[in-house]
Amino acid sequence: METMATDHSHTDIPFTSFVKSDGSLIRDLPEGTPDPEAVIPLYRAMVRARTFDARAVAMHRTGRLGTYSSILGQEAVGVGIASAMAPDDVLVPSYREVSAQLVRGVTPVELLLYWGGDERGNDFAVPRRDFPNCITVGEHPTHAAGVALAMQIRKEPRVAVCALGDGGSSKGAFYEALNMAGVMNLPLVVVIINNQWAISAPRAIQSAAPTLAHKALGVGIHGEQVDGNDVVAVTDVALRAIERARAGGGATLIEAVTYRLGDHTTVDDARRYRPDDEVSEAWKREPIARIRTFLADARVWQKSDEEALRASSSGEIDGAAEEFLAIEPPPVESMFDYVWGEMPPEFAKQRMQAMSDWGRDA
Amino acid sequence: MVQAINLALAHEMAEDESVIVFGEDVARSGGVFRVTDGLQASFGEDRVFDTPIAETVLVGMSVGMAAEGLKPVVEIQFAGFMYSGFDQLINHASRMRNRTRGRLTCPMVLRTPCSGGIKPPEHHSDSPEGLLAGIPGLVTVVPSSPAKAYGLLLAAIRHPDPVVFLEPARLYRSIREDVDTDGVALPLGMSFVEREGTDLTIVAWGTMVGESLLAADDLASEGISATVIDVATISPLDMSTILDSVAQTGRCVIAHEAARQGGFGAEIAARLAEEGLTSLLAPVARATGYDTIFPLARLEGQYMPNHRRVVAAAHRVLEYS
Repeated sequence: METMATDHSHTDIPFTSFVKSDGSLIRDLPEGTPDPEAVIPLYRAMVRARTFDARAVAMHRTGRLGTYSSILGQEAVGVGIASAMAPDDVLVPSYREVSAQLVRGVTPVELLLYWGGDERGNDFAVPRRDFPNCITVGEHPTHAAGVALAMQIRKEPRVAVCALGDGGSSKGAFYEALNMAGVMNLPLVVVIINNQWAISAPRAIQSAAPTLAHKALGVGIHGEQVDGNDVVAVTDVALRAIERARAGGGATLIEAVTYRLGDHTTVDDARRYRPDDEVSEAWKREPIARIRTFLADARVWQKSDEEALRASSSGEIDGAAEEFLAIEPPPVESMFDYVWGEMPPEFAKQRMQAMSDWGRDA
Repeated sequence: MVQAINLALAHEMAEDESVIVFGEDVARSGGVFRVTDGLQASFGEDRVFDTPIAETVLVGMSVGMAAEGLKPVVEIQFAGFMYSGFDQLINHASRMRNRTRGRLTCPMVLRTPCSGGIKPPEHHSDSPEGLLAGIPGLVTVVPSSPAKAYGLLLAAIRHPDPVVFLEPARLYRSIREDVDTDGVALPLGMSFVEREGTDLTIVAWGTMVGESLLAADDLASEGISATVIDVATISPLDMSTILDSVAQTGRCVIAHEAARQGGFGAEIAARLAEEGLTSLLAPVARATGYDTIFPLARLEGQYMPNHRRVVAAAHRVLEYS
């Protein structure tokens, strides 16, 4: 395996990859992206996500954004799984999924609002059914199981897709959700984005399982690995898992093997616990350069295309940042306005008090 | 009360096909207390089903189902087993509406037997309403009778936000009363005056409502007239009914089965001090469980505050100058 040094040779967990880190093809392109032109939208989405990500980190450093968890190096996973989803499928994300969320239709302004400390950022105009980020690590596969169960009970051809990290796969809730998915044959796809580090805890201390995808075996669902730095492979594996789930074929656990090139969050310093040479080695396998090379070699991507994409991505994110910074903080009473569907009378009194405390007219 | 809850569930399942009942042993066996008996036969395996023994995913799955527009009514077999679902209740169920500015909501009901008096094994006798009351966005209800259970459960299932419905296990089969099963809900967030008196106000919920009514009988034989209020909805609390009553009587006893320290009685006493101090003729007294672990069967009767301890507390507030 090219992406990480996990030995899967003795397992019956399949590993899928198409585009090597030098941009060459290991085998023919899959059905979902049958020619190089079909890979261009995936490439564009990765560049857009990385542009957003870099801006978010920079805005934190200059005090204009709260704590943010960078997706640097993981763009292919989010773009791949979101590209494989239908619009009315439901994404149940952890907190490192902006690449997926951007593809799903969440706007850069909404993402900046959320990471800037404003709940309005979770009120996505599109996609209305997708879940907000789950900050409590590994608890949200249970929500995704519930979403999938609702789809199944109503006999809707929809699928719930849950993304979490390697750390989250150690949680009890994760196992309970997977077990439920097996027992109930749920239309659910759970993607472990194994970026090798859970803050300072390396993959080796998360689990003695040969691969994290092995966790599928104990609960009787499909399990496979994919090169998480190969957007073609992630899209292919996710498409097949999602379509199987949609057709009633049950749940899949996908381990997307990638690498967290950045810090855990903007308030973490990975140099304290992670060797520099490991990071510089990982940069050689990062997901964007290989696809650029692949597209250029296929003569479907010119220097001018690249320049235009960089310019349009930067322009979009510049505009979003400006728009976000111009949005006034919500008024104090908004803390109260969404706690209850029907506001209890005494709670309403406290709301009035809060407005008075902060000098707002009722 | 078992039958009243069963009828309420059946009524809502017949009225609203989005209502789904599930949990451990609820379908084939009809529940360890037979609360859900016959529901699977009536409403099918898609809407009433058994699950693995996994409380975290039971609660978490309810969050997902509710956000997708179903009305999950999940049973946790005993209140002491719900704690592994607390992350889901605190971090997810109660916050979904607020976190998404109302885009996604969580209209789920978690039913679970609570409180002591049935001599079960360990962990089966907890009264966690005080723990739950501190969770904004979560409704906590404790019925005290079959009629309350019927009407409040209807309201809980129809409510737009998550509700924990704590069913005192020792009341399941100890109270017989006629219940109008007409589908009319009782209001959530409202306390009920069970008995009106002039000398003191006894505030109680769940198992302690019956004990407080017995205490009021005993006090009446001494010539003392007591109001008994059934709080019913712990959160959001209807404090005005309590304040109005204490404004009349000037004295208050709060009775609950959970331990005194951090129990929900502390919140009511504090609110009385803040908003009703000038009405009070005596300090508030509490008749509660002791600040200890709920004991095994041999001592459970001595842990639970019975009507005699309520009467003793009443004497304390009445004898104060």
